[in-house]
Amino acid sequence: MADLRCNIAGIKSPNPFWLASAPPTDKAYNVVRAFEAGWGGVVWKTLGEDPPVVNVSSRYGALDYNGQKIVGFNNIELITDRPLEVNLKEIKQVKKDWPDRAMIVSLMVPCEEESWKKILKRVEETGADGVELNFGCPHGMSERGMGSAVGQVPEYIKMVTAWCKKHSSLPVLVKLTPNISDIRNPARAAKEGGADGVSLINTINSITSVDLDLLAPRPTVDGKGTHGGYCGPAVKPIALNMVAEIARDGATKGLPISGIGGISTWRDAAEFMVLGARSVQVCTAAMHFGFKIVDDMIDGLNNWMDSKGYKNLDAIIGKAIPNVTDWQNLNINFETVAKIDQDLCIKCGLCFIACEDTSHQAISALKNGAKKKYEVIDSACVGCNLCQLACPVPECITMVKVENGKPHLTWKQDPRNPQSPTYKA
Amino acid sequence: MPNHDRKAQRLSPDKIAAGFCDKKDPLNLVTATAESSRCYFCYDAPCIEACPTEINIPSFIRKISTGNLLGASKDILSENIMGGTCARVCPVETLCEQACVRNTSEDKPVTIGQLQRYATDWLFREKINPFERAPSTGKKIAVVGAGPAGLSCAHRSALLGHDVVIYEAKPKAGGLNEYGLAAYKVVNNFAQSEVEFILSLGGVKIKYEHPLGGKVSLAQLRKEYDSVFIGTGLTGTNSLGIEGEDLEGVIDAVDYISELRQTKNMGDLKVGRRVVVIGGGNTAIDISVQTKLLGADEVTLVYRRGAKEMGATWAEQLLAQKNGILIKYGAKPLRIFGDKKGVIGIEFEKTVIDSKGTLTGTGEKFEIECDVVFKAIGQVLRPEDLGDAPEFLKISKGRIVVDENGASTLPGVYAGGDCINGGHLTVTSVQDGKIAAHAIHRALMGEKN
Repeated sequence: MADLRCNIAGIKSPNPFWLASAPPTDKAYNVVRAFEAGWGGVVWKTLGEDPPVVNVSSRYGALDYNGQKIVGFNNIELITDRPLEVNLKEIKQVKKDWPDRAMIVSLMVPCEEESWKKILKRVEETGADGVELNFGCPHGMSERGMGSAVGQVPEYIKMVTAWCKKHSSLPVLVKLTPNISDIRNPARAAKEGGADGVSLINTINSITSVDLDLLAPRPTVDGKGTHGGYCGPAVKPIALNMVAEIARDGATKGLPISGIGGISTWRDAAEFMVLGARSVQVCTAAMHFGFKIVDDMIDGLNNWMDSKGYKNLDAIIGKAIPNVTDWQNLNINFETVAKIDQDLCIKCGLCFIACEDTSHQAISALKNGAKKKYEVIDSACVGCNLCQLACPVPECITMVKVENGKPHLTWKQDPRNPQSPTYKA
Repeated sequence: MPNHDRKAQRLSPDKIAAGFCDKKDPLNLVTATAESSRCYFCYDAPCIEACPTEINIPSFIRKISTGNLLGASKDILSENIMGGTCARVCPVETLCEQACVRNTSEDKPVTIGQLQRYATDWLFREKINPFERAPSTGKKIAVVGAGPAGLSCAHRSALLGHDVVIYEAKPKAGGLNEYGLAAYKVVNNFAQSEVEFILSLGGVKIKYEHPLGGKVSLAQLRKEYDSVFIGTGLTGTNSLGIEGEDLEGVIDAVDYISELRQTKNMGDLKVGRRVVVIGGGNTAIDISVQTKLLGADEVTLVYRRGAKEMGATWAEQLLAQKNGILIKYGAKPLRIFGDKKGVIGIEFEKTVIDSKGTLTGTGEKFEIECDVVFKAIGQVLRPEDLGDAPEFLKISKGRIVVDENGASTLPGVYAGGDCINGGHLTVTSVQDGKIAAHAIHRALMGEKN
């Protein structure tokens, strides 16, 4: 069995699976259930200043696809709506009862040094392992100058992070909003402010669906809706890219990352970790299926690591980063073509119509009575993968490397590139 | 010994009603969503080719998946106006669902028939007529027979702007949908709901109890109408031609089913205790299962060839077996014996099929004791049942001779359905009616065929 013990910015947990700051971590009852199920840590739902916020009804919307429930999820809930004292008391008790689990407390108070100083002191008293600064919440709180209103201004991130480092000895994770053009800037600002790590992504501004009878966004609150924060499996690709961007950026290289965004399985978690995440945070999948999903997350990650011979998390964290590069560094002479396994082909024709209608007309549809045959025209195939992606049969279409004898060549070196020193008009 | 106890009311009305319910639960929103998402939306989909009416199946399934049930049902009904009945009775396991590409890797096709029913049931519940007639052409068309072929031809003709009068021999429309299908396949008086739906388009009138050769003649129809379509179905049944066929208790299955379908109280039907059914088609299965559901103790279906040769599909044979029917393959009846009160038993001879497909008796005989024998060995077209039609048009080997458009040898007269093919599926008849309607339209409007 691989060693799944996790250490991120000095925060330790028996495994890298944490519950993200969200409804599942709003009170002791849920968090204890999560720890009983095996979660390695939690980021307690964001605390703010009293009086507590007031939430609306209803709060969640979801994107279903083709009968699959909740491929994307959206909420318009604010931070915790319980009094600060109640939360602090529960945090203290739970940490005392579960000393080996990571207890991180998410915070969001107005952009004033005194406010941060005050709340940090209270959090330290609970025995929590660290704090996470919520600079990401894109709805409601941002209208009050908090959440993503801070996270979208790198200078504010740096300033508040610095206050927190000044007034607390706890590790500080800065949670980043994806509602920004280049994620590297807020990450750099967090680092400059002294952050011990960043966690990302927070939710994405979204309207998940519109009720076509009410003509209002969902969730609908008395006939009206507002944009909410989007998360769940559908956002994973966006999150993976942002994690990788920070992991491979010269200015933030080595800055610990807690990965968040659509993580539902051990496989998702492994993908985040090889792109540089040291721990991962989960919310939507737990809200969909309950806490017991962590069992397969731990088990699956362990089995995969064993099968590859990885002994501990350090062996996988950032492992794929050397293979993430800019487009201009790709080998332009590399060629693949699609190959259809005729024995596996079920003649659905999806490869053909996808290529014919929308790509390169590189698949022929042969018909002899009721007998059909779909074949790749190698000379027309550009190796785009579309047919392979559309094919419903596993392994039926494979991309085969063409041995063209051409040398490795990047766009920077390519004589067809007007910016290349070898350019030939 | 058989006691000739064919009394009724063996089962309580509740039990009979429970037996004659839908054999498959209709899909609901959850199952229809899941099932529609299984369709790959194939290019050049083989299911369309396998459908005799060429319904655009991937299209209607996609529309179900997007919640566009009006579009889905219109896709179905614009190719097959009896899409509701066909969803219930089509042997999909040998048609669209057999062609489904999902069979290749998982042996579980998309349940196209069930999805078709889901869409069309919605339309019927909403009482929507999705079609609008073309402007009147002023042409009049006579249709003989209000079965699937006749109603299909009538509906399509009315849609194209013609006025149609249907001459129906029976007091109700629907043909075999109303009088011939097993009751559990078309529950809740579906055949009549469908007829009402078809007639709701307008432009079609039905004259009931107007059989060809009775109140109406082909000569008269040709005179009064611009074109005539004949869809009489089959008019008689085959006989076994063996000793004892006239004994009390030897019954034509189609007659019994017709009575069953029309009775107000199924408990009043006479039901044998030990029943033997002879035949291998859908009617043989239908009578076997229905007799069992009415309370017969033992039902044995005897077919002269093997399971593969049976006209009834494997799914139908399975249904019979699930309902406790014993199917004996490879035996032909030799004689029926009995006494003054009726049938006592029937003697069979085992058969073999040689490499050329010829059936011969092995000489080995056995008897089955029974009090009812149902004959379900096929129906025939008797020219003498068609009034004056045989004087004008060619009928050969029990079929009205037509070309690929349904045109008979007599100009202006078309035919379709069982009377041109010797007895086939509802869906085939609907297609015949549709094709003929278009051919008639082209002829009447001076368009090229």
